[in-house]
Amino acid sequence: MPATLETEDAIKDLSGDYKYGFVTDIETDLAPKGLNEDIIRLISTKKEEPEWLLEWRLEAYRKWLKADDPDWAKVHHPEIDFQDIHYYAAPKKKEGPKSLDEVDPELLETYEKLGIPIKEQEVLAGVQGAPNIAVDAVFDSVSVATTYKEKLEEIGVIFCSFSEAVQDHPELVKKYLGSVVPVSDNAYATLNSAVFTDGTFVYIPKGVQCPMELSTYFRINTKDTGQFERTLIVADEGSKVSYLEGCTAPMRDENQLHAAVVELVALDDAEIKYSTVQNWYPGDKDGVGGIYNFVTKRGACRGKNSKISWTQVETGSAITWKYPSCILQGDNSVGEFYSVAVTNNMQQADTGTKMIHIGKNTSSRIISKGISAGKAQNTYRGLVRVQPGAEGARNYTQCDSLLMGDKCGAHTLPYIEVKNPSAQVEHEATTSKISEDQMFYCVQRGLDPEEAVSMIVNGFCKEVMQELPMEFAVEAQKLLGISLEGSVG
Amino acid sequence: MLEIKKLHAEIGGKEILKGIDLTINAGEVHAIMGPNGSGKSTLAYVLAGREGYEVTEGSVTYQGKDLLDMEADERARDGVFLGFQYPVELPGVNGMTFLRTAANAARKHRGEPELDGIDFLKLLREKAALLEMDDALLKRAVNVGFSGGEKKRNEITQMAVLDPTLMVLDETDSGLDIDALKVVSKGINALRGPEKATLLVTHYQRLLTYVEPDFVHVLAKGRIVASGGKELALELERDGYANYVPEAEAA
Repeated sequence: MPATLETEDAIKDLSGDYKYGFVTDIETDLAPKGLNEDIIRLISTKKEEPEWLLEWRLEAYRKWLKADDPDWAKVHHPEIDFQDIHYYAAPKKKEGPKSLDEVDPELLETYEKLGIPIKEQEVLAGVQGAPNIAVDAVFDSVSVATTYKEKLEEIGVIFCSFSEAVQDHPELVKKYLGSVVPVSDNAYATLNSAVFTDGTFVYIPKGVQCPMELSTYFRINTKDTGQFERTLIVADEGSKVSYLEGCTAPMRDENQLHAAVVELVALDDAEIKYSTVQNWYPGDKDGVGGIYNFVTKRGACRGKNSKISWTQVETGSAITWKYPSCILQGDNSVGEFYSVAVTNNMQQADTGTKMIHIGKNTSSRIISKGISAGKAQNTYRGLVRVQPGAEGARNYTQCDSLLMGDKCGAHTLPYIEVKNPSAQVEHEATTSKISEDQMFYCVQRGLDPEEAVSMIVNGFCKEVMQELPMEFAVEAQKLLGISLEGSVG
Repeated sequence: MLEIKKLHAEIGGKEILKGIDLTINAGEVHAIMGPNGSGKSTLAYVLAGREGYEVTEGSVTYQGKDLLDMEADERARDGVFLGFQYPVELPGVNGMTFLRTAANAARKHRGEPELDGIDFLKLLREKAALLEMDDALLKRAVNVGFSGGEKKRNEITQMAVLDPTLMVLDETDSGLDIDALKVVSKGINALRGPEKATLLVTHYQRLLTYVEPDFVHVLAKGRIVASGGKELALELERDGYANYVPEAEAA
């Protein structure tokens, strides 16, 4: 074999099937490694933050110093050296107002490569088939572009980076920040509160149904950085919004930390649908590198008849630790959690949800599909709690696990606490394998084995996949197939 | 089109096929009959390339190619279709998507352009009309919750769309009431053609009343012990397998 071909093959082999592993070569404004009060002051100064926010951060930092990392999840990793991380990395930009035309072409190209529509022109020009999505693009520690801001403003919808929200809508930020995930919730959330750099802020005013999908696209680029973003979505009375986030990162041998906090607030009769397609770099076949995805996501159904629905497709990250939850405070409020978690090779996932029933006639639905291949470990961990006042609460939970091969693991850990006798709580769980019959049936119809696995797995996940917004369902289906490549035969 | 020579095959070390010789030419329909455990389904699986069925001796040539050298999915894309005795359920997998993916895999293999959703639907409607079936089953998950008759009808619909060259039908008549049998037989007949060959594996003569074979073979203990025309099937129906398999109980 010619040397060039050999090299090409070797590289292909190394990079596996992770399409997003490239690095963007861009000049970066980087804070020195390490965490202390000065770094936090630096972040706050860079962002020209008001005093109260700096104080809030510093208080979080002091709490974090005393907090222990959560240790109850079924995941294993070496202790994280929090002093070995850059807490601020931002692409250097020219001075002046931020408009899409002025975004660094290098960045535009990066997002184009990732298939993220951050150009408004197409949709505004009425190009057919152009997706109806507004995007906030977060690159390392900062938001680099937000599309359709003006158009959304016309109907009162605020969709902007978190930093801008702090400047332009401080009263809203102050009112809701930390109101769903308190600063001292868990060590990662506490850390995030101290050092968060950017993220997305959404406010949907009373009675408005947001006419487009809102989304944030997270990209970690710089080496040895952690990404700590903060998303806050507030849906005022009678409003409705659908939001989606996607994430990718370059392939590196070192682990990188991503510790985000997402807070959702739904007031009376409001509805928030939050979808995630998580495809952080998962590390290589031997478990070298990959993102530690330690994320706290929680929604509060504060108003009566409100609804919060989480849908997640988790295929990436070396370790996933996240439990998107709903606090069902308002009477008749509804919480939903639809999850697909795929782990292959050496990946570990400990994920699930918490449904806290407080209001009367609250209901929740949990559909979790775990797929484990290679030597991966996949845990569903979920809590359903019915408080004494939650008269007539209902929950339905279904946890299905699919195992591929005989070296992986699937674990289902449901916690159920019922303190009201009128509650109805159902839990179903199954564990299965792709049967040889199913595989043979598919290949006999001409599907190659990888295609057959992808087809069967997508069928297994259908109840969750159909919850995704149309624009992303096809992409997510392909992602499932790709994540499991090499897991048969 | 298909030439099987001295074929021996085993499952888990146990020899099931003990030297099968069979030649099927284009345009012909052959029926393989035999008592339970004679190796009929094994023969069907070996032709389709199922894992765990190990060929220990002999050869199978399909359209001049060494069939045994091809993977199961390659064989399928190259026109070998197996109608399953027990079609498998694929929960959550939409029938339409499944069949379109399969059809496009074969088209790609033949160097033809893949069909988009609309063109596929056209093809499907055309085939369904030919079979006098509707496409309602394809809107559901593959075989999930189907009755026995629906499963077999679905197999025939898949076969019509995939348009194979060699059709191996494993006990397609089992579990069918007389009306379903007629519908399925009609489908099989509609797909006969001068360029195609069919191998019917069956217990009973019943199916052969509707799908008339050119040749009938009796398989017993892994060997073909008698061959003849369609009258052989009638004789078997009347006398059982006793003349060919002395110790066989009436099937």
